Amino acid sequence: MAKVSMTVNGKAVTGDVEPRTLLVQFLRENLRLTGTHVGCDTSQCGACVVHIDGVAAKSCTALAVQCEGQSITTIEGLASDGKLHPMQEAFRERHGLQCGYCTPGMIMAALDIVRRRGNELDEHTIRDQLDGNICRCTGYHNIVKAIEAGARAMAK
Amino acid sequence: MTATGIGAPVRRKEDFRFVTGQGQYTDDVTRPGETRAVFVRSPHAHARIKKIDVAAAKKMPGVVDVLTGAQLADDKVGNLICGWMIHSKDGSPMKMSAHPALAASKVNCVGDAVAVVIAETLGQARDAAEKVVVDYEVLPAVVDPAKAQAKDAPQIHADIAKNTIYQWHLGDQKAVEAAFKAAKHVTRLDIVNNRLAPNAMEPRAALADYDAGNDHLTLWNTSQNPHVARLVISAFVGIAPEHKLRVIAPDVGGGFGSKIFIYPEEVVCLWAARKVKRPVKWTSDRTEAFLTDAHGRDHVTHAELAVNADGKITALRAKTIANLGAYMSTFSSSVPTYLYATLLSGQYDIPQIYCEVDAVYTNTVPVDAYRGAGRPEATFVVERLVEVAARQLGLDPAEFRKRNFIRNFPHQTPVIMAYDAGDYNASLKKAMELADVKGFAKRKRESARHGKLRGLGYSTYIEACGIAPSQAVGSLGAGVGLWESAEVRVNPTGNVEVLTGSHAHGQGHETTFAQLVSERLGIPFDSVSIVHGDTDKVQFGMGTYGSRSGAVGMSAIVKALDKIEAKAKKVAGFMMEAAEADIDFKDGKFTVKGTDKSVAFGDVALNAYIAHKFTGAELEPGLKETSFYDPTNFTFPAGCHICEVEIDGETGKSEIVNWTAVDDFGTVINPMIVEGQVHGGIAQGVGQALLEGVVYDASGQLVTASFMDYTMPRAHDLPSFHVGLTETKSPSNPLGMKGCGEAGAIAAPAAVMNAITDALGTEDIAMPATASAVWSAMQRTPPKAA
Repeated sequence: MAKVSMTVNGKAVTGDVEPRTLLVQFLRENLRLTGTHVGCDTSQCGACVVHIDGVAAKSCTALAVQCEGQSITTIEGLASDGKLHPMQEAFRERHGLQCGYCTPGMIMAALDIVRRRGNELDEHTIRDQLDGNICRCTGYHNIVKAIEAGARAMAK
Repeated sequence: MTATGIGAPVRRKEDFRFVTGQGQYTDDVTRPGETRAVFVRSPHAHARIKKIDVAAAKKMPGVVDVLTGAQLADDKVGNLICGWMIHSKDGSPMKMSAHPALAASKVNCVGDAVAVVIAETLGQARDAAEKVVVDYEVLPAVVDPAKAQAKDAPQIHADIAKNTIYQWHLGDQKAVEAAFKAAKHVTRLDIVNNRLAPNAMEPRAALADYDAGNDHLTLWNTSQNPHVARLVISAFVGIAPEHKLRVIAPDVGGGFGSKIFIYPEEVVCLWAARKVKRPVKWTSDRTEAFLTDAHGRDHVTHAELAVNADGKITALRAKTIANLGAYMSTFSSSVPTYLYATLLSGQYDIPQIYCEVDAVYTNTVPVDAYRGAGRPEATFVVERLVEVAARQLGLDPAEFRKRNFIRNFPHQTPVIMAYDAGDYNASLKKAMELADVKGFAKRKRESARHGKLRGLGYSTYIEACGIAPSQAVGSLGAGVGLWESAEVRVNPTGNVEVLTGSHAHGQGHETTFAQLVSERLGIPFDSVSIVHGDTDKVQFGMGTYGSRSGAVGMSAIVKALDKIEAKAKKVAGFMMEAAEADIDFKDGKFTVKGTDKSVAFGDVALNAYIAHKFTGAELEPGLKETSFYDPTNFTFPAGCHICEVEIDGETGKSEIVNWTAVDDFGTVINPMIVEGQVHGGIAQGVGQALLEGVVYDASGQLVTASFMDYTMPRAHDLPSFHVGLTETKSPSNPLGMKGCGEAGAIAAPAAVMNAITDALGTEDIAMPATASAVWSAMQRTPPKAA
């Protein structure tokens, strides 16, 4: 077993894990932060996207021990005092989700698109930048609209 | 229309928990002392199991137990079943082979489970599973349905000759032959409807918990129909009687049909939980999902259309071989028969139709209902035939369709269905306007200037939803009734819980069902909550599939609300000292005719429970009603989708440059949600047409067993969609609803392929029309310069 410490959603956490434990397992099973999902085994679907030191990463592709001392943000860390983050609000308002399973990863990926590309995003850019996230329900139509609106709302 | 009532685009109640990561999916549920299950699966498509040695695995760290198919058989755990009886044309019943949850003597597809390892952690279970030694005698395999009935094909099940499950037919063969003899023109097509993997984003999972003190089992699973799961697991598999088994399907991350069925893994988890006296959890990984979730489609069809001198269709015939895989899944037999051949009339007045279907076993994953289930296959046959016939006759494809549309309702087709309402011309006309069909020729010329080939394809589809009148489906072989149930509980404080037998896994029932109740009872939308997915809470219900939750599930709620209103009027009568017949109910208020007396719904609710205004002899206290609604007919959503593609003449890559969908779903409760359903359906249909396809090699290895190998549609593969509605109400249910969940997946493949073949000028291309497939088609038949 290996000892690991990191900051998750602003709180210092530690755990004893098998060295092979993935970050997503550590979040879901040790910390019971089950908002981050696993949709594939090959880093293709993006349901597990979190932010590591502010940058989007697929938490199925990082070992928990690799994240020693780093700061992780998960979907549970976005809303404050029951008030949704503008990107969460945009997904709700624009019907950017159906079953909800890919949604946490989509929102975390969307925030990273805004970080890299700014608040004025066109449809082509959003569709291109969502290459690492799969949704089976929405046909992406409303996800694209949600990200466009959420990015704008974040500038306010 | 109120702000939250029927027709309003109300934002979804369920979304707060989903966007904040607080959904509760099966894998999110844990029980104290939980163990993890990992299955040992066959690497061979077809093999005899000579020996299984679990000794080394049992000694691995953390292992609780290792269980095999032999032990499952010793414990007399029953086989999984297919619940829809189909009879062959010679009158013989379909031939269903045994399907044990763990194979004991023989495996019939890659991924067939032979043992299960139960361990303290997932990692330990995985490590130990690798130590299970299985000695296989490998047998030759057959994967191609068109080859399964050959004399030299390997026989998969010893008791089933020629791998043939049934040879079924529908329609008047002689009349069809006569119509073809008299035809002026005959169009012939060979069609392969490609095999698909459903790929709901949430992998299947099961968590079984055994309460020894009460000899009671609880199963959390990813199910679209938890009551049906409980029934099958109890009555056929025999794990526990119904009253000793609770099935909970919490938040479920997409289904698309694949989570209707009863699978081996949930049976094994229940059996194992009782054996090891600990909770047992199994969660599929994605490769396991490809290897075990029932696939969809996989038809090989020859189809013909007869047309007379006036350009009227006189007959259609089809011969289909349907691949049902290694075992018969829960509803697999019904998909290529009563959900397929009954829709071969499309939107057209076709006097004679005949369809023959052979269903075969192959050494592949079982095939069952996947979004649309039979109806996409039928629409593809009809819409490709009609399109090609128009081209061969030199007629405009829209004009040819119009000439043959059904215009009078009700309309009895020659293949069982009685269409109740529709206006096919209206949806075609509106779609053509929205798609600017008039400007297409100009756009095509413009594309040609840039070395691109542009094509336009129609799909005027129909489907049968609102599944289904129980007596009717019973007469066709269904083992269950297909009604739905509802219970409306009005609480003393006036808020309402609706317990529904429908199950939501993305459809937004918590919102749409609450819209109905809020409008009907005149209470705030936020005062209504919808409960589903738990057999301990909800009375028996049939679940969600076949776009039935609106037309059938909400009809059950309407029926219960009728009873609530009737009872509440009695209570109001006592409160206002008026005759029940003089009480009116509107906008949440009970009034006495001809007076200014009124009481609010909430006051009536309270009085129903405190029961101070009436005696027990006069009226039962309480305000709670249940209903079981059995539909009187199927519903028939229909519409027109128009796809415009642009193909790169150098690479063969297709881009969808415009998509127009005009659908008639009857009454729409929440247009925002309905549009979302249409978008998602189109994406799956486009996926089938352009990207997706399950591939087996000749030895039966599944080549496409990950998202690296199976192409899921991504955001940049799709355009934004132009979606519109027309409305003819269904006369067959109280709200006039038809259902919207499958339309896109049904309409889209034909629209895409009609557009691509229009652009290429050849019909010689199959789905998925990948860049490579289109490029090859262009080499075989060079496109004419536009």
